[in-house]
Amino acid sequence: MNAYYLAILQGSVMTVGVSLAALLVSIILGLAGAAAKLSERPVLVALATVYTTLIRGIPELVLMLLIFYGGSIGLNHLMELLGSDTVIDINPFVAGVLTIGFIYGAFMTETFRGAMLAIPPGQAEAAWAFGMSRSQTFLRITAPQMVRYALPGFTNNWLVLIKATALVSLIGLQEMTYLAKQASAATRSPFVFFLFTAALFLIYTTVSLFALKKLNARFSLGTQRVQL
Amino acid sequence: MNWAVIFEPQNLALYGTGILTTLGLLFSSLAVGGVMALLFALALTGPIASLRWIVGAYTYVIRGTPLLIQVYLIYYGLGQLEWIQARWDSVWPWTHFKEPFFCALLAFSLNTAGYTAEMLAGAIRETSAGEIEAAQSFGMSRFKVLLHIVLPSALRRTLPAYSNEVVMMLHSTSLASAVPSMLDVTAAASRIYSDYYLPFEAYLAAASIYLTASFCLIGFFKFSEGHLLAYLAPRKH
Repeated sequence: MNAYYLAILQGSVMTVGVSLAALLVSIILGLAGAAAKLSERPVLVALATVYTTLIRGIPELVLMLLIFYGGSIGLNHLMELLGSDTVIDINPFVAGVLTIGFIYGAFMTETFRGAMLAIPPGQAEAAWAFGMSRSQTFLRITAPQMVRYALPGFTNNWLVLIKATALVSLIGLQEMTYLAKQASAATRSPFVFFLFTAALFLIYTTVSLFALKKLNARFSLGTQRVQL
Repeated sequence: MNWAVIFEPQNLALYGTGILTTLGLLFSSLAVGGVMALLFALALTGPIASLRWIVGAYTYVIRGTPLLIQVYLIYYGLGQLEWIQARWDSVWPWTHFKEPFFCALLAFSLNTAGYTAEMLAGAIRETSAGEIEAAQSFGMSRFKVLLHIVLPSALRRTLPAYSNEVVMMLHSTSLASAVPSMLDVTAAASRIYSDYYLPFEAYLAAASIYLTASFCLIGFFKFSEGHLLAYLAPRKH
């Protein structure tokens, strides 16, 4: 019995790993998407709009199955065309990270776009007037302020992303949910194992919430708070 | 790509059954969850501290754990409890806990109730104090203020956030496919994938069904927002 709890606890490392890796992917895609949407180039704007609209209209699970099962067949077809007969198996970790990152990249795009729009244009203009280059303006002026505006939306996305990692168990990645299901099948006592897993997820989301609140306080230094 | 397989009659019928299950799950869990959410929201904004605390803890736990685990807990987990085992052969309502549809419905309802209750509670708290004071000065009782003033406006103001929740719920119903013998759109796609080994076609067809349903729901909510929230729009003249 205890061995199963220990296994689930070890599976939490995998959950944290998947979620952090997926977060990284989604931040990169989100920044690229937001930049594309604000670029005023019709092609880029259209691409980013199609991306965010499609992704937010399809369930995560369907996308994940599509990428995992479809991707491995597609890759093997590609290998055949290239004349190689090695069979590639898509690793569930990679498929999970890519899918979750790809999906939450769409949500991050909207969050980051909103944050970029929230910064008064005078800030960047002032920076240019001081002779800063575009990248300097972004790194020194725009990005630090963007963090503040993006944090509430980012926090929401992150919490939903953590919970989405449970779905990776359905494509066979051995994270908490997968191990809990295995433990329940082996011991015929599913209730306690799923409750234990739920508690671990709750701890993860609670700790994240606490940390992001601290971060929010740090980045909101010097802003006026209105009391109703 | 072999799209002809998807359009074979028996496979179309499979998707058709899937659509019915998905929509059935969606609307019944929204109905059950909606009623629960209203009660929870009243508890969250009500005067009884212990009730506020209990419902607050409930929404926190529901919103902090994955829906998949909640589905597993109800479908696999409850069956482990001897108290339920003793009853689910004969005593109503526990007999339902053997039905996959009921278990999925229960999990989805409890889940959407948690999210919707917080939205509604937020809208109730944001009702402007002047409206409530005006109602009180007309001599309305607490109950009447709630029924005639607070709820009609709070329910409307929840609409934009609620439309997101409904689309999220549509997507969440795909988790029903994780329960054996549930045939929703995702499960139908999985079955076609395993029968014909055509993952792209099977899952892309499912994705386009969900996409269409999402757009229909969004369109419906946009339409109702235009009607029900017209009084909040800025004046045009």
